[in-house]
Amino acid sequence: MTEEIIIAGFGGQGVLSMGKILAYSGIMENKEVSWMPSYGPEMRGGTANVIVIISDERISSPILNEFDTAIILNQQSMDKFENTVKPGGLLLYDPNGITNHPKRKDITIATIEGAKESSILKTNKTANMIVLGAFLKLHPVVKMVNVHKGLEKSLPQRHHHMIPINEKAITIGMEKLKIIQDLRKVATMN
Amino acid sequence: MTTSVLTPEEIIKKGKVVFKKTKLINDVPLSYCPGCGHGVAHRILMEVVEEMGIWEDTIGVAPVGCSVLAYDFMNIDMQQAAHGRAPAVATGIKRVYPEKYVFTYQGDGDLAAIGTAETIHACNRGENIVIIFINNGIYGMTGGQMAPTTLEGMRSSTSPYGRMVQTMGYPIKITEMVAMLPGVAYATRQAVHEAKYVRKAKNAIKKAFENQRDKKGTSIIEIVSNCNSGWKLSPVEANKWLDENMLDYFPLGDIKK
Amino acid sequence: MKEAILMKGNEAMAEAAIRAGADAYFGYPITPQSEVIEYLMHEEPQKRTGMVVLQAESELAAINMVYGAGACGKRVMTSSSSPGISLKSEGISYMAGSEIPCLIVNVMRGGPGLGTIQPGQSDYFQATKGGGHGDYRLIVLAPSTVQEMADFVDLSFKLAFKYRNPAMILSDGAIGQMMEKVYLPEQKERLSNEKIIELYGDWATTGKTANRERNIITSLDLKPERQEIHNIHLQEKYKMIEENETRYEEIRCEDAEYIMVAFGTSARLCQKVIQLGREKGLKLGLLRPITLWPFPKKPITDYAEKVKGFLSVEMNAGQMVEDILLAVEGKAPVEHYGRMGGMIASPSEILQALEEKLISNN
Repeated sequence: MTEEIIIAGFGGQGVLSMGKILAYSGIMENKEVSWMPSYGPEMRGGTANVIVIISDERISSPILNEFDTAIILNQQSMDKFENTVKPGGLLLYDPNGITNHPKRKDITIATIEGAKESSILKTNKTANMIVLGAFLKLHPVVKMVNVHKGLEKSLPQRHHHMIPINEKAITIGMEKLKIIQDLRKVATMN
Repeated sequence: MTTSVLTPEEIIKKGKVVFKKTKLINDVPLSYCPGCGHGVAHRILMEVVEEMGIWEDTIGVAPVGCSVLAYDFMNIDMQQAAHGRAPAVATGIKRVYPEKYVFTYQGDGDLAAIGTAETIHACNRGENIVIIFINNGIYGMTGGQMAPTTLEGMRSSTSPYGRMVQTMGYPIKITEMVAMLPGVAYATRQAVHEAKYVRKAKNAIKKAFENQRDKKGTSIIEIVSNCNSGWKLSPVEANKWLDENMLDYFPLGDIKK
Repeated sequence: MKEAILMKGNEAMAEAAIRAGADAYFGYPITPQSEVIEYLMHEEPQKRTGMVVLQAESELAAINMVYGAGACGKRVMTSSSSPGISLKSEGISYMAGSEIPCLIVNVMRGGPGLGTIQPGQSDYFQATKGGGHGDYRLIVLAPSTVQEMADFVDLSFKLAFKYRNPAMILSDGAIGQMMEKVYLPEQKERLSNEKIIELYGDWATTGKTANRERNIITSLDLKPERQEIHNIHLQEKYKMIEENETRYEEIRCEDAEYIMVAFGTSARLCQKVIQLGREKGLKLGLLRPITLWPFPKKPITDYAEKVKGFLSVEMNAGQMVEDILLAVEGKAPVEHYGRMGGMIASPSEILQALEEKLISNN
């Protein structure tokens, strides 16, 4: 199994930390992982993205130009990454702020209202976890028990009291996910 | 009446030791021009190290300039630094050996031109080191070019018509500049061209090493010196010129203590 | 078994430095490697091991602090990225001349000039053929994983002290910034002065004691006869390093018809290219130099008799390819493919370049 994922949005949306929690969960599941961020001044208020690879094998290139999954949190990223999803792959996005929706016919497309659901939780800090929950529902590349361990490892000790709300957010994401276009093979479903 | 002052013959006859070269100056010919102040400055520096009994714990840093070979003359462990970088090198030594005594020995081009940033920032961190700064207003080793401390109107091979401050800037008073930094414990300007100045300069160096022992911060000893070769004067004329010109712009005495 | 943790290359290297028993780090911030000094300042290694960490006023000052502390016989390091390494090159030349062991890390970005902050490999010449003035060599190690970023710290110190020579880890922005699984080395004790002297000899400025001559650290000798003797000594040392310390990794070379030569991030890309190529029936292999200097000349010379061609894949205009050409001695075609200015080639475009340059022309 190898899952190649791009997560992209604005700096501050928790793109990098979502990727880190996912990658750490992968380590907890004894998989090989890599986390390759965009870096530099474009992160401040601009776009931020991270490539996360989770695999059973040694990871060759941490930098890719096509992906099994794109997780998209803003319009610029949609414009940039819609066409990088492999045919048959997954595009998951938060429709909040998206005006030009994806047009690809050869990929699975799903939405999750991360920002909106997070505001219902009275925190804007869980939107990324809600989106992560939706992704894990569609592609259960790591088990929830390992996501819990991944959260413990990723978050500094002083933020460990936030783990329950993050897990709740992941559950909400799994529930509120909407599939717009489904090209998944039944066999890959858990 | 006459018993208080001995004649040279009487001194020799009595076998009285009136001068003994410190063991920390090696028995090799100095590479400096006859009449140059470096020799005296080297001697009093090493005398202080010997008198304080700290030679086994002292590490010196030689600069680029006339005193680039200072390590040939001083019988202690020494490092030779790139041009201007001696305060950074000394910082590296002192940070891994906080209990050792560390000094730099630098000229005006090294300390106040190419190494200005290293000088100011070592002083600003209050690095617990001693900086010996020989200011002779000229680049001696490279053949008498203009230095940052060359006086206004003073001729050098790169200011052949005299230093014009409008285009070449003013002679820099870097010891006054660094004296204002809180990291600097002691900043003083001394000279070595006459015996009375030598005694004071040696006391100043001693105080600087005591400051280092007591972890007080940076001590900088500027020594206004001569360069008879670079100034194109005889040694005697050079010392006279120093008295009449250099000391007006670079007055002697403590700037911060 | 040791615990696997997720860390950035830069951070893993900083932690590995503490654990290697490094005595001091002197640095100046520059993207994409500022995490090294940030991590060290945050970790307060002074409390953990007594290691000194100091932010210098410039790269010039930092490298000269390394000079001073390194000449005391201590395990000292600095890190920077390309423009900062240019500034440090003066000090590096002095350290090579004065035979001061130390570790210099270059997390490369694209150049020339201020260039870009994105990854590059255009400092290959600077690292392996000088950079500073004079006839000198650095031992240059090129990590291609976060694990190697950590592992090469202790290895660099070992080699640097074994040969009294500066060592460099030549990494790039991608390896520095990415996170991967890493197993950190065990904590080693910092060496005492007595131990340093016992292991590496009594050459450093530790304060002149009565039972030895004074130790002088200098690269200067105004007498050309003596300076030449010193240079001959350096060259003999470099020859010894070439004979003993060449390191490389071969991936699928045993049956390869075409061998890519690449280091660091490019070597990671090429591993994917092998996979893509072999899916198409192309027998591709990768020879990854781990030491860029000394360069693994011999295995390339040996393969030159067997393969149909070499492709040098670098994030530059073609630098290492010159060393490959020297190694191949005209026995096989040698081509180069590279992106510049912070751009990173995709594995599919590398494969396409390989096919166009080496296969369709045959």
